[in-house]
Amino acid sequence: MNRVETATVVTGFSPRRVGALILRYLYVLRSSWPRLAELAYWPSMQVIVWGFITQFFRTNSTWVAQATGVLLGAVLLWDVLFRSQLGVSVSFLEEMWSRNLGHLFVSPLRPYEFLAALTTMSLVRTLIGMLPAALLAIPLYHFSIFDLGLPLLAFFANVVVTGWAIGIAVSGLILRYGLGAESFAWVAVFAISPVAAVFYPVSVLPGWLQPVAYALPPAHVFEGMRALMFEHVFRFDLFFTALGLNAAYLAAAGVVFLVSFGRARQLGKLMQVGE
Amino acid sequence: MEAAIEVQGLTKRFAEALAVDDVAFTVRRGSTTALLGGNGAGKTTTLSMLLGLLLPTAGTIRVLGEDMLRHRYRVLPRMNFSSPYVEVPRRLTVAQNLRIYGMLYGLDRVGGRIRELADALDIADLLDRPTGQLSAGQRTRVALAKALINEPTLLLLDEPTASLDPDTGDSVREHLERYRARTGATFLLASHNMAEVERLCDMVLMMRRGRIVDRGSPAELVARYGRHTLEEVFLDIARERPRATEAAQ
Repeated sequence: MNRVETATVVTGFSPRRVGALILRYLYVLRSSWPRLAELAYWPSMQVIVWGFITQFFRTNSTWVAQATGVLLGAVLLWDVLFRSQLGVSVSFLEEMWSRNLGHLFVSPLRPYEFLAALTTMSLVRTLIGMLPAALLAIPLYHFSIFDLGLPLLAFFANVVVTGWAIGIAVSGLILRYGLGAESFAWVAVFAISPVAAVFYPVSVLPGWLQPVAYALPPAHVFEGMRALMFEHVFRFDLFFTALGLNAAYLAAAGVVFLVSFGRARQLGKLMQVGE
Repeated sequence: MEAAIEVQGLTKRFAEALAVDDVAFTVRRGSTTALLGGNGAGKTTTLSMLLGLLLPTAGTIRVLGEDMLRHRYRVLPRMNFSSPYVEVPRRLTVAQNLRIYGMLYGLDRVGGRIRELADALDIADLLDRPTGQLSAGQRTRVALAKALINEPTLLLLDEPTASLDPDTGDSVREHLERYRARTGATFLLASHNMAEVERLCDMVLMMRRGRIVDRGSPAELVARYGRHTLEEVFLDIARERPRATEAAQ
């Protein structure tokens, strides 16, 4: 073996390969200020609109008046979920748009290292997008989501992982069906929004739909957030249920991606990305 | 000596279409072998299966002594490929692209390797330019730099000098020859440039409709078909004309 080979024969998971891909996405992000601005634009707009709605409901709704930050907290966590999913999907789409998958997968990069890079980058993009929005709410509406304290981390982590699971599954579908399935990346998360109990309790839903809501991690997160805001208790039962469900959905999403990757190798999709 | 590539019964079927049909061949270590054939002959499909990007319907592939279908990650660090049909990210600069691929292949000193390749392939002036702003010929040289970033033992090249002017094409071929002489690497290339194949290759595999229909050194094939150039042999095979030597009998 020559000197380069000696350095490159690496087995198993390689943080360096994951770092290489993260660097690749950071280069893309850094190269375009509109991309960076776009990350923060929509969450900030959401906060501004929902801040005014909160101000209106504070004097017109006894429910909101009990915990004035409930709507803003909900909209911020929902956007974390959406941004987290989009963070995975958009980084994946970067490879499809640049027709780069062929090069990536003739390198020693493993599919699970690819997923590790996508999820790490999703976290970076989510933080870039959500921090300005969360900070904006403090001077504008005197609401700081950081007042939730440590439970905020629990809620944040759970919705981020839900976003990853959806993003990974959607990326698998795009890998399998090509860029014709790209629109799933932008709309898939909204399929769960009616039953995610973001702005209303699960009990509002018809009885037959409530089990569906409880089968999804976000319903437990948002119920937990309301419990904290209204009753000042952190519901560990809801937290651990969300955590367990997230683990199951993340594993299922990983399986969907790996099966799609295998199918893409059967169909030759890694060389011929496109519609 | 152990072969760099050993293929047996390689077959790929897409729905009703048989893209590669029971192909068998061996590529000797340190040699340069060409895969020739018209459009749709099965060259790119064969290369894709050798790279592990495409799973065969049947057959076995051994690359650098390893079963490619079972242990591709043992081999991938020691091989690479270049194709005008698979691009490197256009928004990134040349240096950024090469750095990322250097890291993916686990290089210790990526910066030094990039400088070596930039000098050798005359792309030093391009390093800070976005890859998408380069001409087709410049992109081809960058793709070759990416393919050489890990000093591969086995290099698969799909039309390595496509889009290059004769001068640049010649210097790229020179670089490939020097690289092979220095490292003893094995090349397998698909090309439509017959002069390039005659210059670089020890062995030619002629493909038509997914099958290898003839093989030999360029000189052997030219003699076998009673022709003066490999291009004439290529046309005979592509158009299914009888060999000139047979027609004369």
